[in-house]
Amino acid sequence: MIPTAWPLAVSAVLFTIGIIGVLVRRNAIVIFMSVELMLNAANLAFVAFGDALKTLDGQVFVFFVMAVAAAEVAVGLAIIVNLFRLRESVFVDEINLLKG
Amino acid sequence: MIPALFIGFSLLLLVSGLMVVLHKSPVTSAMFLVVAFCALAGIYILLHAEFIGMVQVIVYAGAIMVLFLFVIMYLNLGHDPEHGATILLRRLIGWIAGALVVLQGAMLFAGRWALGPTSTEAPPLGGNTQALGQLLYSRFLFPFEITSLVLLVAMVGAIVISKGRSTRTPDPIPHAPHAGLQAVLRPGDTVTPPTPPGGGEA
Repeated sequence: MIPTAWPLAVSAVLFTIGIIGVLVRRNAIVIFMSVELMLNAANLAFVAFGDALKTLDGQVFVFFVMAVAAAEVAVGLAIIVNLFRLRESVFVDEINLLKG
Repeated sequence: MIPALFIGFSLLLLVSGLMVVLHKSPVTSAMFLVVAFCALAGIYILLHAEFIGMVQVIVYAGAIMVLFLFVIMYLNLGHDPEHGATILLRRLIGWIAGALVVLQGAMLFAGRWALGPTSTEAPPLGGNTQALGQLLYSRFLFPFEITSLVLLVAMVGAIVISKGRSTRTPDPIPHAPHAGLQAVLRPGDTVTPPTPPGGGEA
């Protein structure tokens, strides 16, 4: 039997790794991968709490999060492809269309 | 046994997650992301979420990563010059991996890895998948249907976005009268009359 604190600690560390990736990397695709890491950290927390509380609701939420993540990846990669056509680059420092 | 497996999967997950962030080449990052997702699937199974673990492998490590790799390939981002030493090393790793697969198959068929049931209590009939399916189609039916709508919208949106505005669509009405065309022309534009197909004027 695994203590509930263990997967939660792993989830927290994984989320932190994802945040570091989003903040440090400049390649838009790697930033997307880091976002996926963060989503998976949240999923792990859901499953861990569901296991601790002996309920399936956490797994149902993970199911929905996976569907939303698939949708997000499809749309996001389409945006990256379009951006690459426009700018010939996927490095977010060179993309300032919104003048932010 | 189970805590040791959990620690092993967690270490694999965190190390490959770090490699996703730290590695220079996007292709290698994507490969480490596949490893991370598979390790996470193992953790899910250890936490009694068998269906989620399988879906993790199929959807994340399968479909989503194929999408990532396809875009990396399409944009030609994986600048990976192959030097002589590297390709020899890769061949060596390939042979080792192939030998491992053959060895695993042999041991599996020899029955050496038949561990037997680890827990004395029998799993419930139908298991995790049936329970999750019944929950999805009863209490969570409305969110489940909304999910299908989300996926449809994402599919249409991805197609519309990736078609893009950069490609100019051909004029849908080639024989439109000039009065209609001038409405969208700004002053200063040069107008060339459309040539009819077949060269009727000549």
